[in-house]
Amino acid sequence: MSHKAHVPIGPYHPLQEEPEFYKLVVDGETVIDVDVRIGYNHRGIEKISESKNFDQSIFIVERICGICSSSHPIACVQAIEDIADIPVPERALYIRTINQELERIHSHLLWLGLAGHFLGYNTVFMWAWKYRELICDVMETVTGNRQNYAMLKVGGVRRDIEKEHVSYILSRLDELLPKLDMLKGAVLDDPVIHARLKGVGILTKEAAIDYATLGPVARASGVDIDVRRDHPYAAYDRVKWNVIIREEGDVFAKTVVRILEMYESASIIRQCLDKMPQGPIDSNPKDIPAGEGIGLAEAPRGECFHYIKSDGTNSPVRHKIRAPTYMNFPTFRETVIGQTISDATIILAGIDPCYCCTERMLIVDPKDKAIMNVEELIRLSQEKTARIKEKIGTK
Amino acid sequence: MGLKEIVLSRSIYVFHLSSGSCNNCDIEILDCLTPRYDLERFGITLVGSIRHADVLLCTGSTNRMTAPIIRKLYEEMPKPAFVVAFGACGASRGLFKDSYNTGQPLDEVIPVDAYIPGCPPKPEAIIGGLIKLIGKIKEKTKGR
Amino acid sequence: MNIDEALKNITDHFGSRILKVSRKSAKRAYMDIYPKDIVDVARYIFKDISFRFNIASAVDDFDGLEIIYHFSHDASGAVISVRALIKDKTDPHIDTITEVTRSAWWIEREIHELFGIEFDGNKDLRPLLLPDDWPAGVYPLRKNFVVPKRDSRRE
Repeated sequence: MSHKAHVPIGPYHPLQEEPEFYKLVVDGETVIDVDVRIGYNHRGIEKISESKNFDQSIFIVERICGICSSSHPIACVQAIEDIADIPVPERALYIRTINQELERIHSHLLWLGLAGHFLGYNTVFMWAWKYRELICDVMETVTGNRQNYAMLKVGGVRRDIEKEHVSYILSRLDELLPKLDMLKGAVLDDPVIHARLKGVGILTKEAAIDYATLGPVARASGVDIDVRRDHPYAAYDRVKWNVIIREEGDVFAKTVVRILEMYESASIIRQCLDKMPQGPIDSNPKDIPAGEGIGLAEAPRGECFHYIKSDGTNSPVRHKIRAPTYMNFPTFRETVIGQTISDATIILAGIDPCYCCTERMLIVDPKDKAIMNVEELIRLSQEKTARIKEKIGTK
Repeated sequence: MGLKEIVLSRSIYVFHLSSGSCNNCDIEILDCLTPRYDLERFGITLVGSIRHADVLLCTGSTNRMTAPIIRKLYEEMPKPAFVVAFGACGASRGLFKDSYNTGQPLDEVIPVDAYIPGCPPKPEAIIGGLIKLIGKIKEKTKGR
Repeated sequence: MNIDEALKNITDHFGSRILKVSRKSAKRAYMDIYPKDIVDVARYIFKDISFRFNIASAVDDFDGLEIIYHFSHDASGAVISVRALIKDKTDPHIDTITEVTRSAWWIEREIHELFGIEFDGNKDLRPLLLPDDWPAGVYPLRKNFVVPKRDSRRE
């Protein structure tokens, strides 16, 4: 005897960000189908870009997603530089790398906080966001803004890292590392989190390849890809770091990958500050000739892809933007079917969508009796954690 | 001071709505609840239902799919209700005003009481904006 | 396998069905084909030589609608972009590649609603990004679509 009910998730949440609308079809406690409707966030950026000049496009592209705010501009300027092999000075390459890695740390900390909240670990949420402020302070000192840095331009960067900033950045990193150790211990060594996340929402390697998944989601399923190593850009071929791979494909593997990547990012930043040469930060290109170019960058969520076609004028003829979540999103359907409702929010969070939409909205299907709002879904998730805590015997 | 005025100016329930934003503003709002800025000590808290809210905080550039939803949510809010347009996108759609999917700015869909400019507004600006809003609430509910 | 070997494999396998190959740089190549050959070429590149499907981008050009399918080979850092030009702008059709890879599912929906291209064989071409009440036959990313400066109020 099955009773099919529709459970809407989205699009507005008290705790969260962009809106989307997911409709989960459940049979008792198990999810049997998912339908996604996006478009609440579509701002027509590709069309806007066609009416702006290349310099202006970079500012718009920054605001595609707030947390990938340095990855999209890097991919965009690299696409433009690819059109005519525009050179970039060494120092600018290092500054781009530092900007990107700082953003990676703050994005993963943000994710860790949200995942903690969904599981019921509100202290992890508060800590992760509190220590994220250290990175925001660095960003504000170096670039002038906590987010939306406006650092990139075609042929280089706009602002230099001053000498006094170097010791400031290093001191903040030194302050942050012990806190990362604490968060890592709190999350990865907790038997309740093991019980809660292991085996949940598994994405197999075959599915990951078929869906062309990117970033930590792919690396947690054993797919060994990382744009920084495979298609080297900025200064990544001048520093050493490890690509973190896990084979299990569950949400726990995704958590491990993201936490360990933060340490690698800190190491990359130190190496860059050490090796960065003095010199110009801008090669001042004058004209963009006709042609096409492709730019790739590794955002915290995966690969950003920009394709720009130019006809020799000041504006792009076509600017195609592909964010990493676009490829990772469809895997939600793959990983949540067969799982229970109380795991739905954490499986969604495991993908780290650029919108962690979990909020109530207007009821879509009035015929259905069992309608749950997302606060209840999160509460179910937190209750499951509490039950596991009791069973394991820790409080 | 009337009862409504006392209550509204001491403890504000805020419903946060994102109508097509890049997330930066939403993250800064959440940042205000975290230990460094901690808005909750001022009695400001986020709620999950529009029917419990005194203030509707809108981020995002009001795209076509969300504009009717915003209007409907505003109508469901118990009055007196106040609306805050957050960020450059909330004020005028910001960089996205030339898009085919952003029809008109927020203040042509619902009446707006306060604007907090910035891209994104810093937490200090948010606190400043909310204090100005509290002043406006006191003024509007005077003598009721 | 590096990009030279990959290009050689593709041109050997498909012969004259590959219309043109242009090497943009050491790691970038663009390849022109007829639209009717896209499924076979995509299957070969994705399955036989194990490239990853990056995304497809469509452009409204003077002589037709051009879709470029971008594939990348992470082990060697190569990106091969396969270009198919659909000359008929009034009723453009091309075969779907979702049989080859599920990762093309969303992008075909997006290109369909923004450019009006029909992907034959794809049964799920519902709108992805545009609102439900967007007028039919109006394709925002075509060059003849001009964004209105001032909108009438939405009810």
